[in-house]
Amino acid sequence: MKNYTYYPGCSIQTSSKHYEESLLPVLKEMGVELEEMEDWNCCGATASLSVDETASATINARNLSIAEKSGKDILAPCAACYLSLKKANQFLKEESEKSTALVEELKKNGIEYTGKVRIKHPLEVLSQEIGLDALKDKVQRKLTGLNVASYYGCQVVRPYLEFDDPDYPHSMDDLMSALGATPVDYGAKTRCCGGSLTANLEEPGARLNYILLKEAQRKEADVIVTLCPLCHFNLETTQKKIAKKYNQDFNIPILFFSQLMGLALGIPKKKLGFSRSLIPLKAMWEKLENGGTNE
Amino acid sequence: MKFQENVKFEEDLDKDFLEEIKDRSGCEEIDRCIQCGTCSSSCPMSVYMDYTPRKIMYMIKNGFKEETLHSFTPWLCASCYSCQVRCPVQIKITDVMYALKRMAIEEKAYPSRFSIPIMDKEMHKILTENGRSSELWLMLKLYLKTRNLGGMIKMAPLGLSLMKTGRMGLKKESIKNKKQLRSLLKSVKEGTK
Ligand code: SF4
Ligand code: SF4
Repeated sequence: MKNYTYYPGCSIQTSSKHYEESLLPVLKEMGVELEEMEDWNCCGATASLSVDETASATINARNLSIAEKSGKDILAPCAACYLSLKKANQFLKEESEKSTALVEELKKNGIEYTGKVRIKHPLEVLSQEIGLDALKDKVQRKLTGLNVASYYGCQVVRPYLEFDDPDYPHSMDDLMSALGATPVDYGAKTRCCGGSLTANLEEPGARLNYILLKEAQRKEADVIVTLCPLCHFNLETTQKKIAKKYNQDFNIPILFFSQLMGLALGIPKKKLGFSRSLIPLKAMWEKLENGGTNE
Repeated sequence: MKFQENVKFEEDLDKDFLEEIKDRSGCEEIDRCIQCGTCSSSCPMSVYMDYTPRKIMYMIKNGFKEETLHSFTPWLCASCYSCQVRCPVQIKITDVMYALKRMAIEEKAYPSRFSIPIMDKEMHKILTENGRSSELWLMLKLYLKTRNLGGMIKMAPLGLSLMKTGRMGLKKESIKNKKQLRSLLKSVKEGTK
């Protein structure tokens, strides 16, 4: 049994509920036990790092120290949380003048952290610790014929990727193969979606996501799977704007990789948050029913 | 008639700028930049920037403090780390962009009425006060602060479909131990000054 302290992060409990709804039963099925971090606080994402370095390290240290007390490593499904925690972890352990002063000050204020916690993304746990063979054994319904573009985005991959190839990662593609789906060779898999800028800057936001969607379409992907709430949100919500601006209606469903996993593992469709999709999923269901052809 | 100089004279440059930046986390190696341009060509946002990342590196090295801190470039950085992992001399370019943002805020030099610094500041405020961030409240505050009524109206249909699919709540999220977090932040700030 693998045990982790689960750090949900803010987005997964609001705009990306379907990520959590599908991830938790999938991990349970695969033998990963989670306990939610007691009274966890927001990681600050890119905002706190842009405003106040000490505050950013402090809020992450609070979470790290809660995890350390529990004696377990952290599982963080959001790319921004994952990187914020990793970045702070590295800073707190680097023993520079600045970080030593901060660690001391935190201690005075009741936040003790000795640097023992590791931060993992569910993709890492599933592909490295559980492994594809164990997954294949559990597949009940193969996703035959479904063409899937795996989108990794930035912050799980860069700058720290340890469990996969940083230039052209494949662990999510491998998961999709294990489910019986067909991964497409998605050249834009680690190109940026604009992160938190996309919701505010219409023109660059639309352009970046247009490139990602266009490449998925060119490779005839039926769906794009993501591993981060923000990537998911951007790819999904820019499609209307893009349709107007570039006169191209992609209508490509954006799913979390865990939703497709749940489906293949035989978890009831209703429990996997598919109804929260803003893009119609009809074509995808038809394709799955017909084992890959949309006739 | 008012004349504006389009060229900067050497004595108007800020000679201490480079050292000032090198003191910040992640910026220690900045003077190793060889001006190869790998960062600019890797950057998905560089086509929108007033100075490309390579130019920013040059400007820092040569004391163009005012121009650097007033630039839109750091605020257009999406923190994708493409430049950082490719830089042949391992400069942590993304961290440099973060350092520039913080410095621009400290010196109140960031581009005013531009939504990104306002968003970052508001989000940081919400999450340090309550321990959690709330997407809806952040967006509303941002539209008010930037007086962007048009943007708010444009976003309304999306907001509605998110509500319909249960993906946007009206609740202001918060942790249980807000007081502890606030006093922690306050006293750490004072203690590390
Ligand atoms: S990639 Fe590195 S060395 Fe090349 S211009 Fe950019 S910062 Fe300088
Ligand atoms: S991290 Fe920022 S500056 Fe570097 S490539 Fe990405 S958007 Fe450009």
